[in-house]
Amino acid sequence: MPKIKLPTKSPRIDMTPMVDTFAVILTFLMLTATMRQDEPANVDTPFSISEKPVPDFNTMTFLIAADGKVFMNMDNGPDTLLKFRPRILEEMGKRYGLEFTETEKREFEKFPSSMGVPIMQMKEFLAGRNAAERDPFQLGIPTDSLDNQLAMWILCARQVNPNIQAGIKGDAGTPFPAVKKVLDNLQEKKINRFMLVTSLEAAEINLEEIQQ
Amino acid sequence: MAEIIQEEKGKGGKKKAKKHPPHIDMTPMVDLMCLLITFFMLTTAFSKAKVMDIVLPEKIENPDQQNSPAVAKSRNVNIILGPDNRIFWYPGAVEPADYNNNIFPPLVELDYSATGIRKLLLEKNTTLARKIAEFNDKVIRGEIVLSQDSVAGSIKKLKNDDDTGPFVQIKAYKEATYGNFVDILDEMNICGIGRYMFVDIAWYEEKMVEIATGKTTVASAN
Repeated sequence: MPKIKLPTKSPRIDMTPMVDTFAVILTFLMLTATMRQDEPANVDTPFSISEKPVPDFNTMTFLIAADGKVFMNMDNGPDTLLKFRPRILEEMGKRYGLEFTETEKREFEKFPSSMGVPIMQMKEFLAGRNAAERDPFQLGIPTDSLDNQLAMWILCARQVNPNIQAGIKGDAGTPFPAVKKVLDNLQEKKINRFMLVTSLEAAEINLEEIQQ
Repeated sequence: MAEIIQEEKGKGGKKKAKKHPPHIDMTPMVDLMCLLITFFMLTTAFSKAKVMDIVLPEKIENPDQQNSPAVAKSRNVNIILGPDNRIFWYPGAVEPADYNNNIFPPLVELDYSATGIRKLLLEKNTTLARKIAEFNDKVIRGEIVLSQDSVAGSIKKLKNDDDTGPFVQIKAYKEATYGNFVDILDEMNICGIGRYMFVDIAWYEEKMVEIATGKTTVASAN
């Protein structure tokens, strides 16, 4: 008796809906993507209940690592034509007797993350072609009273962009004196309003608790 | 079902070219998309960081010419951020006559939890905290319709008008961390403290912390 032969067909799964979903997710991710930038130091920001987002423009952010090193980042202004970053570098160069070439200024403008390079090594830093060549120069901005380059950066940033606001981004474990030093430098330049960068956390509070 | 019917037709002699819709193998495409999605998921910074505003008191250039504001001492709350995530407080103020004679009021230790510092602050700030909470409740229930900005403004006004809450002075001992600093400011926001400021720690307060943590005793401080 002949066996009944069932057609041996490999089961086909219709992948079209899956592909559709994937395409939608992919499009969404591509459109909303703001690339996470590699910071020179790993910083775990503390939590707070504040819901105010970081402003996009007119900010200078001081990154204070857990070991007390200070890095600085500023934006290029609301309009890229303003070119705040290269102008701040130029201003900085003037004060330390350094002349930066157009290429170097462009490199500085393009540098995406916080920078903590002593100004005298800035040229070597900017000549570096990749992160591996640049990282050894990221020693933190000198803040001691003999050679207070941090104060100078603040001064130059304020000169170029008078509307600039100061943000502090510190690790939860950063010793407070390191933060205090940055705050003092800013206060000397008459900046008394700061934004502390934090991550969001929910706070639980209710009326009954208060009335007890 | 469809297969069987087709075969019956085939027996009938008429051979029809099977019309399959052309199948495109999508597996490589799906693979690629999976990869891309994974890549984007990992590199995207989804939640934007938040900021907390803080205004520090202006540096006074010549302190002698300034009159310190008259503050009722009973409303004073001094919070000291200590080493190893410890936190202390004492009420009122230390008189010069006391600290010059090595008399230091003892510090009370608290912790950063809801039963520690928050309880103390809410106790001191009951009236204002209740006002703010009731206001927020009304906004949520829709009894007051305001835009987000005016809600923040109204709360600020409540805080300004308040004259019952404590004056909180925050001081950081040299071994405190930045995390402690943010935590305590956050606590001020949670408890709706109207008046708080961050001031430098005084030498006698450092000594008080050292006594409280057992680093020095009152006797050896002499």
